[in-house]
Amino acid sequence: MMNFFTFALFFSSTCLTFSLFLGLYRLLIGPTLPDRIIVLDLVASLVMGLVLVFAAKSGKTVYLNAVVVIALLSFMSNIAFAKYLRRQIND
Amino acid sequence: MIEWISGLLLMSGSFFMLVAAIGVVKFADVYSRMHAITKAASLGMILMLAAVILLFPTAMVVIEAILTLLFVVMTAPVGTHMIARIAYKMNVPKGMPYVVDEMDPDL
Repeated sequence: MMNFFTFALFFSSTCLTFSLFLGLYRLLIGPTLPDRIIVLDLVASLVMGLVLVFAAKSGKTVYLNAVVVIALLSFMSNIAFAKYLRRQIND
Repeated sequence: MIEWISGLLLMSGSFFMLVAAIGVVKFADVYSRMHAITKAASLGMILMLAAVILLFPTAMVVIEAILTLLFVVMTAPVGTHMIARIAYKMNVPKGMPYVVDEMDPDL
């Protein structure tokens, strides 16, 4: 019989990995460029969730630093893409 | 007891992220997809960070989790707003007729 916490870890990592595949599907077929950019945002959130699940599984709190860094980097990449697209429109 | 609560929080957080991903695949246009991502993924992050805080209740972990939560909650609307403005200016087609469109120049 599986422990409940082990089952919770298994369930959440399965959900997050399946969500990554759904995001990959939208990234491949997304009709416009903003579709693909927002999928990058989603993938950043999913990777943060996976790192949190891995920290809870391994019992090491060092991995939380990675979550902070990914949160910052995803915002920066959003702003960079917005600036790039604005420059492309103005030309 | 703590393990049950944090396991439930982890499961519900990842379920909300799954809902966000399903919304990204199923919704009709960019603006609806953005709405799905920002709300559902932020709620999922909040729940999973709460689970990690319950599992490791030390000062460093609590500070880092609250910092991450602040970043996510403060920056997700800003970034999504910028992308949505750019998408509107790029004339990305709408998937459905909208009731009100406040950036329409004819309004």
